[in-house]
Amino acid sequence: MSPPETLASEEAGAVQAGPAPDAADHDGRRRLIFALLPAAGFLLLVAFFATTLVKEEFFGHNPAELPSAMIDKPAPEFALPALVDDRPGLATADLRGAPHLVNFYASWCVPCRQDHAMLNGFALSGQIPIEGIAYKDTPAASKRFLGEFGDPYERVGVDADGRTAIDFGLYGVPETYLVDAAGQIRYRWVGPLTPEGLEHEILPRLAALQSK
Amino acid sequence: MRILGLLLGLLLAMPAFAVNPSERLADPALEARARTLSQELRCLVCQSESIDDSNAELAHDLRVLVRERLTAGDTDQQVLDYLHARYGDYVLLNPPVERATLLLWFGPGVVLVLVLAGLAVVARRRRPAVPSPLNKDERARLDALLRDGR
Repeated sequence: MSPPETLASEEAGAVQAGPAPDAADHDGRRRLIFALLPAAGFLLLVAFFATTLVKEEFFGHNPAELPSAMIDKPAPEFALPALVDDRPGLATADLRGAPHLVNFYASWCVPCRQDHAMLNGFALSGQIPIEGIAYKDTPAASKRFLGEFGDPYERVGVDADGRTAIDFGLYGVPETYLVDAAGQIRYRWVGPLTPEGLEHEILPRLAALQSK
Repeated sequence: MRILGLLLGLLLAMPAFAVNPSERLADPALEARARTLSQELRCLVCQSESIDDSNAELAHDLRVLVRERLTAGDTDQQVLDYLHARYGDYVLLNPPVERATLLLWFGPGVVLVLVLAGLAVVARRRRPAVPSPLNKDERARLDALLRDGR
């Protein structure tokens, strides 16, 4: 490794009877392992960062995404006023009886447009009622958004101060919660819903809920 | 004189906080508690900041919420529990020690101990080996060699 060590071991070897050749070989191999240790550590780091980057780039995994503390807990108590005239607002009791999706959106939220495109298509399949909550927005802007990007909702509630969202543990829009027939939150999707997310996360859970 | 002015200016400089004047409570004792609590709560949007430091909209809402709950008579612990129930350990900048947070709490210490142990091993290895003293036969042979070589 370093010159002083080489010298010291050679001296020691000379004074003592002299090491057997395979002992010297063993010593050299160990020194090589030590020399490669930092490189191995570096490769480990590279592998760690690469995994995260690849997951983010190709599998839509967001490293800043937080797990929900509300999973398997009852949906919070709320009663939100209606946004549109032809449908009622949304309250906790409306979520009982059958599984529901609860989707938070806002007109000022750009990813919500992408989210809405997915939800519109999914709503057509009629597999599960989708309820909307307009998060921290003026009713006029919320309505305009639905006019422009489609309206997949069965009911739409107005959460003007965002308190109901905080009770759901929301930390950004859009977020979509799967609530079971007993009114318990079973799953949360953060960000715009993707075809993969729908297929691999939402639909299997929904099927499990409906088969019960 | 200029330097004195600069120093005075530095004394006056205050760290920047995100708390808006409109959020502050009239009661200084309650406001002080709210500030302390806000510094222990993590902003979930900009995850390296407390809600006291963050300008995110959600951080503002949570600051207002903390103040409302304190005004309503909650203890500090009740406020923390309220947010913990909704957002989990992630909302606490000082999370409880439990199985999921063991690595977070003790990981750095374990790494430090491992590194120190490794360094100790290397340092021990590096010390040059002390040759063992000659035994009687070797001493006699050496003496003979020295004598003959002269």
